[in-house]
Amino acid sequence: MKFSSRTFGLGLLLVALAAFPLVAPLFGLDFYIGFVRRVLIVALAAASLNFILGFGGMVALGHAGFIGMGAYTVVALSDAGVMSAWILWPLAALVAGVVAALIGTVALRTRGVYFIMTTLAFAQMLYFVVVSLRKYGGDDGYTLMSRPALLPGLDLGNESTFYWVVLVVVALALWWLHRATQARFGHALMGIRDNETRMRALGYPVFRLQLVAFAISGAIAGLAGALLAGGNGFVSPATMHWTQSATLVVMVVIGGLGRSWGGPVGAVVWLVLEEALKQHTEHWHMPLGLLLIAVALWAPRGLAALSTKRRTAAAAAAVTPQGAAGSAKP
Amino acid sequence: MSGILVLEQLLNGIGYGLMLFLLAAGLTLVFGIMDVLNLAHGSLFMAGAYVAAEAHTRTGSFAAAIVVAVLVTVVVALLIEVLLMRRLYKRDHLAQVLATFGVILVADDIVKMIWGPSPIMAPTPAALSGPVELMDGLPYPSYRLVILAGGVLMALALYVLVNHTRIGMRVRAGASDRPMAELMGVRVGRIFNGVFLLGAALAALAGALMGPIVAVQVGMGEAILIPALVVLVIGGIGSVRGAFVAALLVGVVDTIGRAFVPMLLRATLPPATAADLGPLFAEVAMYALMVVVLIFRPSGLFSARA
Amino acid sequence: MRPTFLKSPALPRTLLSLLLCGAALGASVSAIAAPVKVGLALDISGPFAALGAEARDGFALGIKQLNGKLGGQDVEFVQADMAGSPDQAKQLVDRMIQRDKIDIFSGPIGSNVALAVGPTLFNAKVPYLSANAGPSQFAGAQCSPYFFGTAYQNDQFHEAAGKFAQDRAFKKIVLIAPNYPAGKDALGGFKRQFKGQVADELYTKLGQIDYAAELAQLRAAKPDSIYFFLPGAMGINFIKQFVGAGLSKDITLVTSGFSADEDVIGAVGEPMLGLFNTSHWAHDLDNAANKAFVAAFRKEYNGRYPSVYAAQAYDAILAMDAAVKQAGGNAQNREAVVAALKKASYASTRGTFKYANNHFPIENFYLRVIGKDAQGKVTNKLINTVLTNYGDSYAAKCNMK
Repeated sequence: MKFSSRTFGLGLLLVALAAFPLVAPLFGLDFYIGFVRRVLIVALAAASLNFILGFGGMVALGHAGFIGMGAYTVVALSDAGVMSAWILWPLAALVAGVVAALIGTVALRTRGVYFIMTTLAFAQMLYFVVVSLRKYGGDDGYTLMSRPALLPGLDLGNESTFYWVVLVVVALALWWLHRATQARFGHALMGIRDNETRMRALGYPVFRLQLVAFAISGAIAGLAGALLAGGNGFVSPATMHWTQSATLVVMVVIGGLGRSWGGPVGAVVWLVLEEALKQHTEHWHMPLGLLLIAVALWAPRGLAALSTKRRTAAAAAAVTPQGAAGSAKP
Repeated sequence: MSGILVLEQLLNGIGYGLMLFLLAAGLTLVFGIMDVLNLAHGSLFMAGAYVAAEAHTRTGSFAAAIVVAVLVTVVVALLIEVLLMRRLYKRDHLAQVLATFGVILVADDIVKMIWGPSPIMAPTPAALSGPVELMDGLPYPSYRLVILAGGVLMALALYVLVNHTRIGMRVRAGASDRPMAELMGVRVGRIFNGVFLLGAALAALAGALMGPIVAVQVGMGEAILIPALVVLVIGGIGSVRGAFVAALLVGVVDTIGRAFVPMLLRATLPPATAADLGPLFAEVAMYALMVVVLIFRPSGLFSARA
Repeated sequence: MRPTFLKSPALPRTLLSLLLCGAALGASVSAIAAPVKVGLALDISGPFAALGAEARDGFALGIKQLNGKLGGQDVEFVQADMAGSPDQAKQLVDRMIQRDKIDIFSGPIGSNVALAVGPTLFNAKVPYLSANAGPSQFAGAQCSPYFFGTAYQNDQFHEAAGKFAQDRAFKKIVLIAPNYPAGKDALGGFKRQFKGQVADELYTKLGQIDYAAELAQLRAAKPDSIYFFLPGAMGINFIKQFVGAGLSKDITLVTSGFSADEDVIGAVGEPMLGLFNTSHWAHDLDNAANKAFVAAFRKEYNGRYPSVYAAQAYDAILAMDAAVKQAGGNAQNREAVVAALKKASYASTRGTFKYANNHFPIENFYLRVIGKDAQGKVTNKLINTVLTNYGDSYAAKCNMK
């Protein structure tokens, strides 16, 4: 493993994040431990979306559905009495991954705007199914009575403890995702994004690769959902509303499509801005909306790309979602 | 389940469908010709509803309110077109989604700043608050009849415009094959501006008409946008006829889910559960319909693109 | 670049001055008593926006009359909109507890929101005075010493209406309510007292404005009466559409006070004349506190009559004031505040006020009818008492004393 300045920077960031719960109370910022935890979890969800959106070129507008699947798996299991995080969290990821795979088998046969609408449609179906589940609160939500149990002696009810657990899980998952993009699988995915016909001609199993990527992405989103549920103690279908999916897409695009840290960067920028704006005005939608318009017009590759001087022709032509104008497959 | 009940519910469904058609028609032409996915279309609907409610309360005249609402929204749409949409034509769908989502956020806040965060009441015109006896035993709210009539009239007008005029011919040419149409001398860009404004006018009309029967509040645009997009996809991109058929289909399916399914369910399940499952059926049916149509007709029912 | 500051003589001086500043700051902070912090989560937007606005006006009047103090102590009111969404409300309450460190909480209109935020508040030992919602869950098995159903228990209103309907001997009735906890409480409560035939039970979507489907079903069911619980904008639209569909000719509408209060009257007007409704409060209720409240409210808000939501919110502020005073001005002593709240020794707009063991009130329920006041304004008129000193049906299930 190369000891580059980048790795050093990441290490420093990790240390800073780990130290935060110890430092925060000194400044009366205890409330923000929960906030930073939420940012970490959303960063994970955004990274999982970036995996298929940025690296895979699949514009999926239904990602919040998978987050919800993870969260509601936790709800269903907790309702049945399961308390162990070792069961809750992996199962949440598994269920979300399976649902993503099922949806993918249908959605990945479409391209372009049809893909966008199909992923949206399935996410909406999941949303309405969850709303109709009176047993788990429906529209009014479900209150989880306590945090799950991880290790004997480790009280996840303590904010700092839970924060560190989340930090570890998110860091590991992000690192794993990063490795996946560096591996052959990731490169194949990017190849499909850039030129699907060529990859097909080269003999790559395009559909299967995309399906696997879709399922992995869904599974990690499900894990994020499980962590959110554990942290908030309250789960409602609102987390699965389509505007949440749209916001995730926005985060990834702002952060930088197809860049390693595009998802987390976008999540941090968006959530921090939102929180800061909320303190000052109740009309905080407007500045965020204007930011989006600005990014769409002048920095469509995300804020991370603004600093990149060299852009090869491939990189510039890349990240065009499948189905450009008029080329929708019959 | 009597015939009267079925008829009444069907009328309701068709009314809702016609309003969806007004929205989807504009959306499908804009997307069909310029390949621009405009998520802010719902915000134009919201603008129409708010302005109509305000104008009606101030002037007391519903007709004037509709006219004012349409005019104001068209002006707003012109601004959006000149300032933003022009730059989005050449861009990919993702940039369009991003920018128009931004417009939604800005529009929501502007409305909140002008009218406050609470929903406002859009009054039903006093002359139309009573029922009309359609047939023996079926007094139907006259306001809804107006919506039905208005929707049908607009559909007819659009049909004539698109299919029996020169402009309509050029619009259809641009939607079906833009480069070829341009080569044949059609000023597609100019046509697009007109289509965008027409779409905005239709959306505003739908908003003004629906104001009295839905909650006029921030976020109403987003709520109606999704069904409109579904109608667009089912009907086929660029086809007004497709939008019409799809909108009616969706309207009827919606009403079946909200009215008939709970009735059937209440026969066997407790009322609260029936009430939970009915809307679920209505919503899922609409999306399932879309997915099924896409499986058999991947470009929608009547896609303009050959 | 070698850091030279570390070696300079300026360092010890700087450190010393920082230390002194810190000590001074710490000392000064502890010298000033922390103000009482009250969190108010309001429905400014969302399905109950109109009712939330009424509550906000009631709170504001109470706060103004007390000069922004409770029990003589300075108060910081943390007010925010949670749009009637349980999700947003939960996030808001988390923030209020952890960042703003509130001592008392009130505000939400809807029972779904109350149920969502309750557990967090109880765990943090923050008393929650409900200025409206009274879910049956908090009256029975899930009762908590930190919850005070200052207004009422949901079912009570509808039990009173059920008794009225029973006395009127309607033959065939259809029930309508939104599909959320208070809606279920409503119809359950009504059926507890009404023993006639319930032809159908319709649950609508919360916030639903378009009742075409339900009205068509009502027309087909041909009842002689409809009992509906549709608070706020829902009721306004239902009544208008009901009249608009020509159904008011043959069917009598009965409702709870929620759908027949000032907000609805303001929007619907004359078509509502003659509508019977039951409530635990009326603006012409004859006691000193109420008369003073109504007069002050009309003066403050352009002559409009207060609704039940404003009266309840006002009462909540008075209750907080009395409790903080009795707790010796120290709102951080939660046990003392809770004990004081339980005594409920304040002049309520409902007259004498008493809690049952589950912290829900034992109070009267009155019959009102929509008529015209001396100035010809359409408003509610008190007729008689339907239920006297009525408790709720869940008190036995609560294991508090």
